[in-house]
Amino acid sequence: MFLLYEYDIFWVFLLISSLIPILTFFISGVLAPISKGPEKLSSYESGIEPMGDAWLQFRIRYYMFALVFVVFDVETVFLYPWAMSFDILGVSVFVEALIFVLILIIGLVFAWRKGALEWS
Amino acid sequence: MIKMIMDTTEIQTINPFSRLEVVYGILWTLVPIFGLVLGIIIGVLVIVWLEREISAGIQQRIGPEYAGPLGILQALADGVKLLFKENLLPSRGDARLFSIGPSIAVISILLSYSIIPFGDHLILSDLTIGVFLWIAISSVAPIGLLMSGYGSNNKYSFLGGLRATAQSISYEIPLTLCVLSISLLSNSPSTIDIVEAQSKYGFWGWNLWRQPIGFIIFLCSSLAECERLPFDLPEAEEELVAGYQTEYSGIKFGLFYIASYLNLLVSSLFVTVLYLGGWNLSIAYGFIPKLFDINKAGKVFGTIIGILITLAKTYLFLFIPIATRWTLPRLRMDQLLSLGWKFLLPISLGNLLLTTSFQLLSL
Repeated sequence: MFLLYEYDIFWVFLLISSLIPILTFFISGVLAPISKGPEKLSSYESGIEPMGDAWLQFRIRYYMFALVFVVFDVETVFLYPWAMSFDILGVSVFVEALIFVLILIIGLVFAWRKGALEWS
Repeated sequence: MIKMIMDTTEIQTINPFSRLEVVYGILWTLVPIFGLVLGIIIGVLVIVWLEREISAGIQQRIGPEYAGPLGILQALADGVKLLFKENLLPSRGDARLFSIGPSIAVISILLSYSIIPFGDHLILSDLTIGVFLWIAISSVAPIGLLMSGYGSNNKYSFLGGLRATAQSISYEIPLTLCVLSISLLSNSPSTIDIVEAQSKYGFWGWNLWRQPIGFIIFLCSSLAECERLPFDLPEAEEELVAGYQTEYSGIKFGLFYIASYLNLLVSSLFVTVLYLGGWNLSIAYGFIPKLFDINKAGKVFGTIIGILITLAKTYLFLFIPIATRWTLPRLRMDQLLSLGWKFLLPISLGNLLLTTSFQLLSL
């Protein structure tokens, strides 16, 4: 079986670093004073009474950027194994990777021309 | 039943030493982790102090001076004060998301310290995937920011959280491609291999000289990932009050504050490891007398020298982001995203192809 012993210390570190926020919340829960009030707990809107909810529809631009991000992030994940064994694979695989990158550059140009990268 | 109990007692009587060894093993893994956490906390306190002193110097003020000698303890005093402050929870917000958000931001940044070599093979976990772990984990932090922005149920927080996420994901791709070019030069994503690949020619072996374009892109992208000026749009005071941390107070605000400085420290450490030769003294061997030859000195002495060199490079590099903060004006949101997608991304792709072409010639 494929056991990843080298990650043991990583998991322990994850456990300990997750304890840090819990510990600080606990300490501050013991030490900090509590005094509640309706005005104090209302959300801040430059001093006036908050109007409506903040959980509402927002611009679709954020989704467009997220979509383009997914495309390029997956691309870099695919490129990593190739870059790691670059000295073994040689010229033919370099040409293949070049074609792969070129296809994605065409995708970037397409997104650019369609206005997916425009903010306004 | 009785037989089982007898069996277990028998096993216990047979190997009492193996249990002791297990306990020692657990303790022995905890020692470096707590050492690292302590070192990180001290490092963050030093950064906060440095930032305040340098800012004061740039603006011709005095800066912190009362808490401790030269105001060194000012950051500690601020942290303790935040612990005693009341934790406000907005009445209309989501309590769980509101608390989980800052925790995720801190944990995810803290985890990336596990793959930084501070000295010669002095690393918490020398993973084969190396820097790739940093790339993967740094993608988790924006989720925490989005959670806290959404959980506050405040319009400023919500917009700030969305902006922070858009900014981090936009600048992550150029960053990843720069790291990819670096690990291509050393044929390994392991941070130790990357540092050792730079150790051959001293100062001139640094990746900074082999990857000048990549270094500049990495610098811009890491500034944007840390949300520092000129890229601090998620916290743009004039537009969004304080961005996703508008509703935060007490120690939860403190966690965000710590997370931003942790992020600054880790990106500076990564600049040192990836571009500035890591723990190597980086002076050509002809110049240094035999006395200072690290490889021949004692192991403990060599390790201490390695840590000192890494930290010296890191903190000297930190002057650049801190001075940038008081020099450059803030970008607009559309300028920021155009810079990321239309300038840095094509250039970093070109940089990658250029690097591979040069590597192909040297094969």
